[in-house]
Amino acid sequence: MDLVTLWFWLIALTFTLYFFLEGFDFGVDILRPFLARNEAEERALVGTIGPFWDGNEVWAIAAAGVMFSTFPVWYGTLFSGLYPVFVIILLSLLMRGVSFEYRNQVESQRWRSFWDWMSFLGSLIPSFFWGLTMAKLIEGLPINADERVLGGFAEVFTPFSVVGGLATTLLFMLHGANFLLLRLHKDTELYNRARAAALFWGALATVAILAFVVMGYVTEGLFNSFGVLPWLFPVAAALTLGSIWYGLTRRRDVLAFLMSSLTIVFSTVTIFIALYTRQVVLPSTLNPEYSLSLRESASQPYTLVLMTWVGAIFLPLIIGYQVWNYYIFRERVRPEEGGLNKGYD
Amino acid sequence: MGPDVLDLSRFQFASTSIFHFFFVSLTVGLAFLIAVMETMAFVHRDRAQIYGNMTNFFGHLFLINFAVGVVTGIVQEFQFGMNWSQYSKFVGNIFGVPLALEVLMAFFLESTFIALWWFGKDRLRPALRLASIWLVAIGTQISAFWIVLANGWMHHPVGYEVVGDQAFLTSFSQVVFNYKAWLYFLHVQGSAWSVAAFFVLGISAYHLLRKQDVEVFSRSLRIGLVFAVIGSVFSATSGHRAAQVARYDQPMKFAAMEAQWETSKSPAPWSAVAIINEKEQRNTFNVEIPYLGSLLAYNRLTGNYEGLIPLQERYERELGPGNYIPPVAWVYWNFRIMVGIGMLMLLAAFGGAFLWWRRRGRLNDTRWYLRALLFTLPLPWIANFCGWITTEMGRQPFMVYGLLTTVEGVSANSYGEVLVGLIGLWIVYLALIGLDIYLLTVTARAGIHHKPEAQMLAAPAPNYAGEGFQGYERRN
Repeated sequence: MDLVTLWFWLIALTFTLYFFLEGFDFGVDILRPFLARNEAEERALVGTIGPFWDGNEVWAIAAAGVMFSTFPVWYGTLFSGLYPVFVIILLSLLMRGVSFEYRNQVESQRWRSFWDWMSFLGSLIPSFFWGLTMAKLIEGLPINADERVLGGFAEVFTPFSVVGGLATTLLFMLHGANFLLLRLHKDTELYNRARAAALFWGALATVAILAFVVMGYVTEGLFNSFGVLPWLFPVAAALTLGSIWYGLTRRRDVLAFLMSSLTIVFSTVTIFIALYTRQVVLPSTLNPEYSLSLRESASQPYTLVLMTWVGAIFLPLIIGYQVWNYYIFRERVRPEEGGLNKGYD
Repeated sequence: MGPDVLDLSRFQFASTSIFHFFFVSLTVGLAFLIAVMETMAFVHRDRAQIYGNMTNFFGHLFLINFAVGVVTGIVQEFQFGMNWSQYSKFVGNIFGVPLALEVLMAFFLESTFIALWWFGKDRLRPALRLASIWLVAIGTQISAFWIVLANGWMHHPVGYEVVGDQAFLTSFSQVVFNYKAWLYFLHVQGSAWSVAAFFVLGISAYHLLRKQDVEVFSRSLRIGLVFAVIGSVFSATSGHRAAQVARYDQPMKFAAMEAQWETSKSPAPWSAVAIINEKEQRNTFNVEIPYLGSLLAYNRLTGNYEGLIPLQERYERELGPGNYIPPVAWVYWNFRIMVGIGMLMLLAAFGGAFLWWRRRGRLNDTRWYLRALLFTLPLPWIANFCGWITTEMGRQPFMVYGLLTTVEGVSANSYGEVLVGLIGLWIVYLALIGLDIYLLTVTARAGIHHKPEAQMLAAPAPNYAGEGFQGYERRN
């Protein structure tokens, strides 16, 4: 495996980890208005993701930073080509990131519900637009001969990309609900509501993902370039989606969460396989000749070697202490304890 | 002629960066001060409660501000690709590496361990908790290092070669040991420590004037003083050296800082106040201090420096036609405000240190000095603002000095997209900075006995009464 391939897959890894991790904290935030009936429950739900969301969000910055250093042409073309999409994602993340901290700083119901809205919208909007971005990655952008992207905001919305955004949002909601089953005390009403939400939104997510795959198959020729082996991943994604049902109905929460995680992982990997088998990082809708090829978008070998050292040292470390973070805050949350537990009443 | 996409993009980058640094300078500096406070609690078991209160109180302020710094940082990372895609493609081989290193070495560390530190109060052993805040503090400094290193490379590119339409990395060690970038780093670091130090000083003075929680705030006043001395000295010395270096590696910037149109005589005077006419390329009014120009530029009483007009001729000969003169008045005045505030900060810090030495405990009752500290609180922020304007405008028209102009670096986005995005960002940023200042003020004024009724784990502990620090007293 050469370094260009390695870094392509490491970028895939950062995106996958981002969707897997931030997926559930987006999901919890989107579900919060549906699940919480009072202030104590609001806090308990925020408490389930309180210590984690910030560390999860950094994976998005990592994806951008790693893309910048290893595939500058890809980074520049994608981020400027989807300019309005990224503006929307950024504005949402700005408001969401401060909402956790700010909602409790002023004793007023109106203040709190404003920030709760910001948490909700600030999770819903990026979920949708990240999904749309992933769909656009396979679908391609109107790139001309000078690596410039033509076309405006309206052209970002195609049936395929909108379904991609919806599928991602619903999948995150399912994933968030599954996460709650691991983080809430089992004898609380909130826990039962989370289970009901997982079943309900899971059903919708399944429909949306299947629609997305079928559209990709029919209109985009998503799997045309797949050889024999890469078929594994879309099939595995479908299988894991099926097993979530088994997990939920049999009350096997860990299995359900594991399976929704794998669904996200396999779906993201599928997107990157679709690119890799074509040896393209960003297709052009104007002319296949103008597509950004994997080789030509990459950095010089020296930079890739440097980054490989950096990645080899720091990625295991990061994953290590993030896992430890989850281990430290492994206790389940009860609403009456106002979030976590001891010492915060 | 209204603004074009380039103007909008430049204005967006300037404003998002300045807003971002407003929050981040406090984060970088305060993380370190809080780590020191917590260490004091750890070391002085008999006073663990006092230092614990201090840590929790300033930790609360830290957290209010931290989240805003984090989210505005995402904008910084994304906007190179969004607004400056041509730049990104040109320098990605080089510039992307420090940025990626910043994320992998610092951002993860900060965001994970701040959660462990704050939420883990009752879960972590004191030693681990102390280690967590130190990791956050170290993370913030590492983050400042890599991003300023990247910025320093733009001002003084090293270890590269340009082939075709891309810059290639030839030596990473040259990039890492870029002398100019290190000066910038020390300068930014000193500035961040000054921001945090004067922040702590101002708040401590406020409460001491009211005789509230004297046992806590008299101690935080002294911790703040130590850092104010270190920070202001670092800022001033590294800034002085950075300006001297600019004389030969960015002569245009240096000449603009001094509004020097013609090459100066030797010994060169230093202009204190000038009325600048950029159209006619001359100063209609100028108050000059003899010898000081040479003294500052060379640390001796002789020596001259090149003026803007001869430099423009030289650049045209070397790089082709174009206007290479930065906006002189902006650079000149911002530089002067920054230096003036720097002097005031040195005076406030050393004055405080002197009073502390002379009066010991009676420093807490030196009311005139405490009142003065209330006024110095916002000064470092203003100096930072002026400093960024000076250095970034002084670089114009270049994005990477001598290699790439700003015009060549900008994305081919549509005017409407950029304008709408800019307006959206400004609305959100103004709201965030307003809220940040409001919440910091309310929390800081309330002091240790402030008990917000609405509480949950994502908000700090309601009473600061040494919460979580019992273990520091009892540990064996």
